[in-house]
Amino acid sequence: MQTFHFELGELPPEAEALRAQVREFLRRELGDAPPVQRAHSWGGFDREFSRKMGARGWIAMTWPKRYGGHERSALERYVVLEEMLAAGAPVSAHWIADRQSGPLLLRFGTEAQRQKFLPAIARGELSFAIGMSEPDAGSDLASLRTRAERVDGGYRVNGTKVWTSNAHLADYMIATFRTHHDPAKKHDGLSQFLVDTKLQGITMSPIIDLAGSHHFNMVVFEDVFVPEDMRVGEEGAGWKQVTTELAFERSGPERYLSSLALVLELIRHAAKDPGERAAAVVGRLVAHLATLRQMSLSVAVMLQAGENPNLEAAVVKDVGTTFEQEIPEIVHALLGVEPTIDSGSDLQQVLGFLVQRAPSFSLRGGTREILRGIIARGLGLR
Amino acid sequence: MNELRTILGDVVTRLFTDRVTKDLIEAAEQGQWPEPLWRAVEENGLTLPVVPESKGGAGGTWADAYIVMRAAGRHAVPLPLAETIVGAWVLSESGLDVPTGPLTLAPVHRDETLRLTRAGGGWRLSGTAARVPWGGAAGHVVVVAEGERRVMVALAARGAGAVARDQNLAREPRDTLTFDGAPVVAAAPAGRRVPANAIWLYGALARSAQMAGGLDYLLRQAAQYATERRQFGKPIGSFQAIQQNLAVLAGHTAAAGTAAANACRAADRGDPAFEVAVAKVRVGEAVGIGASIAHQTHGAIGFTYEHALQFTTRRLWAWRAEFGGESDWAVELGRSVCERGADALWPQLTAR
Repeated sequence: MQTFHFELGELPPEAEALRAQVREFLRRELGDAPPVQRAHSWGGFDREFSRKMGARGWIAMTWPKRYGGHERSALERYVVLEEMLAAGAPVSAHWIADRQSGPLLLRFGTEAQRQKFLPAIARGELSFAIGMSEPDAGSDLASLRTRAERVDGGYRVNGTKVWTSNAHLADYMIATFRTHHDPAKKHDGLSQFLVDTKLQGITMSPIIDLAGSHHFNMVVFEDVFVPEDMRVGEEGAGWKQVTTELAFERSGPERYLSSLALVLELIRHAAKDPGERAAAVVGRLVAHLATLRQMSLSVAVMLQAGENPNLEAAVVKDVGTTFEQEIPEIVHALLGVEPTIDSGSDLQQVLGFLVQRAPSFSLRGGTREILRGIIARGLGLR
Repeated sequence: MNELRTILGDVVTRLFTDRVTKDLIEAAEQGQWPEPLWRAVEENGLTLPVVPESKGGAGGTWADAYIVMRAAGRHAVPLPLAETIVGAWVLSESGLDVPTGPLTLAPVHRDETLRLTRAGGGWRLSGTAARVPWGGAAGHVVVVAEGERRVMVALAARGAGAVARDQNLAREPRDTLTFDGAPVVAAAPAGRRVPANAIWLYGALARSAQMAGGLDYLLRQAAQYATERRQFGKPIGSFQAIQQNLAVLAGHTAAAGTAAANACRAADRGDPAFEVAVAKVRVGEAVGIGASIAHQTHGAIGFTYEHALQFTTRRLWAWRAEFGGESDWAVELGRSVCERGADALWPQLTAR
């Protein structure tokens, strides 16, 4: 039987040298950002910040230089990433493109697509959204129905995408559409496209989340013409590409650091007079945090070595989201303070933000149940 | 993993798979000392991984020791092997010779102190140490004691103190040793890398590694059982409820292995206090949840003495509390984190 393999990872000296530069940059850029702003973690969208990141060469770090990349190691990128997340930097405007859209184009895109999009992504000037989920295709992604029919010179698209984060802010969307319909083979006949969000026939409406914020959208396509040269990869190869893309999405440190801001506020609070109960709670959280960082780093090292740690990434995401999700609960059990919106202490505001955000942690990027199914398959159970 | 460590892993796995049978564990639980097994372990050079070759050891690292201790936990090896590994390291780090035969450690509780006093040319040992692993069976006891206002390490032979026998949940010997001016074989000031709490700290490291091995066994065993046991006309592992539980067990097992291995790496770097606290807390929690899932998966058969599952789960429940439970270590860790302050946490996590 296979069990999961987590070899301890070690960061090379050049990655550690980079860490100091990133921290100095973040100190300058975010020095006085309030904790509740940092708690947004990778939710913050700030094009100016993304351009500064691009100027420093901290986007597209591992890509070839001919596409605007910097040919640095995946571990150097990992250090930049974990520092950004730990500081709660507003990375959202370049995050999706850097993490998955760019790598997808590198792997499956045409030369013309790479030339057109990758350098702009690397400069932090081009923002991407992901068009996967639909009203009737969530966890069962292969059931998606939005049609892309062949017409002269391209495709005509009709259908609806939902939960499309930041589509209203993004320049482009990598969308998965159905180019061929066979009810018996729903994983076949899917294709991916680069869709300009300003195309005629696209209507976006906000889906306001439970906290009153707008990052989700419903995106309706009505006879939208997408040129042939905006198809990514072979027609019908979409499912394989989507699963590759999801693997990029599942392996990073963003899957355990979402509630770090609340851990830090708890420590600030407890440090004033650490009773035994508070110390025990802080100690347990730090034990989980330290272990998750090593697990996440281990996956990063495997990726750098060219291995395929998809199962390990699923394990880290499951363990990590469980941890980041339980933190508001633990803080409530210990302190019982009221979570607030704009009033109260930093701790109350961070708690207020995260208690409302936490349900999404085990939904985005594959639900907990789907991930555990993947892990169970790795254990030979299905 | 380097090649030598892979070979070491193969050697211990083969040895324990062949020799640590259900009958052997049962006999040990009846009080029988498995001498042939001990000799095989010693002959294979598994007892002294972190002792330099000049002192008769393997000249390896705690990362090597992790392989051995984890395997000992995975196979429920009824020997003070982890204790011997730690004791031999304490001795050699303090410039003392390492005897052959099984070693144990004393005292194993934070609030107990043993005292060494000078007598003639030698030292005499006094005090009581409760629940010493194989306290009556081990050839020698490695003691970290107070002596003339400094931390001392001493080696006492079996029989130097009075033994009151007891056992833990897994029926491993846990004996109370009482020394009353007992002569010691050797004594020396504790080595530079041997802190006053060395037994507590490295004992927790050893138990974390053993428990990580025990969890690995539970995961393999439960996943295998779920593919074999059939109900409602199909293997129980085809039910999502079981799959989800085993995925949770896999997560805790992975976390435990990572935390314990990381503590061993920190020991090789010289100061493992933070990582050992992390490991004992994280692994201990994994054990509580993991044992519960493994039993739930196995149903009634896993609750019998007849089935081998309990050899591991009873050890895990016992080891979890030894050398400090999660609450001890979490409080210590939490206090040190609070003392450094919130802003120091991330730099500390990334510096290790």
